[in-house]
Amino acid sequence: MTSAAPGAPPAALAEPALLPVDTPVVVLRRLASRIATLCWVELRKIRHDRTELYTRAIQPALWLLIYGEVFTKIHAIPTPGGIPYLAYLAPGILAQSALFIAIFYGIQIIWERDAGVLTKLMVTPTPRAALITGKAFAAGVRSVVQATAVVILSAILGVALTDNPLKLIGAACVVALGSAFFSCLSMTIAGLALSRDRLMGIGQAITMPLFFSSSALYPEKIMPGWLQAISRCNPLSYQVDALRGLLIGTPAHLGLDLTVLIVATVAGVTASAALLPRLAR
Amino acid sequence: MTELPEAGPGTATATSGAPARAMPPLAEAARADKRGSAVVCSGLTYRFGTYTAVDHVDLRIERGETFGLLGPNGAGKTTTIRMLTTLLRPMAGTISVLGVSASERPMLVRRLIGYVPQLLSADATLTGRENVELFARLFDVPRSQRRARVEASLAAMGLTEPAGRIVKTYSGGMIRRLELAQALVNAPSLLVLDEPTVGLDPIARTDVWEHIAALRAQNDMTVLMTTHYMDEADTYCNRIALMHAGSIRATGSPGLLKATLGVSATLDDVFRHYTGGTLDDNTESGGIRDVRRARRTARRLG
Repeated sequence: MTSAAPGAPPAALAEPALLPVDTPVVVLRRLASRIATLCWVELRKIRHDRTELYTRAIQPALWLLIYGEVFTKIHAIPTPGGIPYLAYLAPGILAQSALFIAIFYGIQIIWERDAGVLTKLMVTPTPRAALITGKAFAAGVRSVVQATAVVILSAILGVALTDNPLKLIGAACVVALGSAFFSCLSMTIAGLALSRDRLMGIGQAITMPLFFSSSALYPEKIMPGWLQAISRCNPLSYQVDALRGLLIGTPAHLGLDLTVLIVATVAGVTASAALLPRLAR
Repeated sequence: MTELPEAGPGTATATSGAPARAMPPLAEAARADKRGSAVVCSGLTYRFGTYTAVDHVDLRIERGETFGLLGPNGAGKTTTIRMLTTLLRPMAGTISVLGVSASERPMLVRRLIGYVPQLLSADATLTGRENVELFARLFDVPRSQRRARVEASLAAMGLTEPAGRIVKTYSGGMIRRLELAQALVNAPSLLVLDEPTVGLDPIARTDVWEHIAALRAQNDMTVLMTTHYMDEADTYCNRIALMHAGSIRATGSPGLLKATLGVSATLDDVFRHYTGGTLDDNTESGGIRDVRRARRTARRLG
């Protein structure tokens, strides 16, 4: 299809937009603007095609319906305060579904590299760190949308989740923060692996160990000593701990959990931003 | 390097054999001083390991002209473009874009340029309007002007009517025009096009070029492009540079470069003359990445 003959470009295109001088406030505002923009793109994509939301809801649903129900009945796993195992499991599955979304963001960035999208984004006046932070929070937005489906499903299955709106907002922030870290981890690996095939293999190799070495399925105290040590280094454990504290009221170390997640996310952003030029080369 | 002055064919000074470096003619230099050049590269060099992709390239592009960078695959065109657009930092040499140093102020340089890469880079899962709005946001177009600029960019590329459709439903030519609309939303002073019509059918190619030519004529925008289509370079470029094995071998207007080879010479002849005319197995010419990239683009265009 061809267009009509080109006409005179409208006056709106005559001059570039005027910009304020770079000050720390302007730089921070620009970072916030980039994050908002990339989150906006993610929401638009979800709005245009919700298929992924539905298909991605299947796996957590199976974990809750099959694994959760069975282990609740056999009482094989001790839970704090004797709460039903399904209630104990729900925040873990919520964190898992967010992890599975975020860990493949590296593949998305390699696809964007192969399609030329990344190159074009890198020629905009967007610092590398802002681009990565924006993408990390976009992963967070997608994960929060997904997590909402898991929360609703958990409520339908009779899990007594908090109805405190502040705690629910806090849980959404924890999900977003955890996803931001894991997407940065994935984008860092993408900057090292540089190909989709390699990243698929690495992604599959690390996802399940991350999940099983966290406290998502069982309390840390029943793990063998070596696994406890790994679990304490695994940011997923801190995410799950915070989610349990906020959603089902188990004792949690919210301050420590948030500190670990924030520090891990900042480190992830730094590492993947440093490796981003390798992808564009 | 051979530099041909902007004068009649009788004054052409193209040489054959060993490339000789020549300073730009005085008239051209004087004009550049008066208006300031859009792009000035000096001693530009980039290496991938031991392979020198760009080897001490000197280049001057004047404001308002359409400049073509031609050469076989692996000649160093895309690496040069990547350095100009700040994607790669030169290992040696300097780049000035509209008087701004690309290595010292890359963010400012990015604000001055609009870039359309070789690959089809519009996001197929968004609508045309959303694709343009994304770039308006990334270029910090103020919210009060954003809608007008987005609509103006779409209108300039004849995409107002399909702007609400998801891009995966667009034809190849429409996607290319959409990418131009994205590049235009910040009213760039320099538009960089890396093989903008690769994979397009002849009608879509003409359509894209008509839009580019109209924009350039009315906005006094400088256009830097690479292409493998000699007819496009001949028709639309004020000047071209022929690049081979990382070096610029000749620069001048298409007419003058042709005139140096004879009255009936075509730009294809000029291309063969300066690039050796054969596939060079000793360089990364037509490497698998180039071929794969071109095929990927062609496949996406259908």
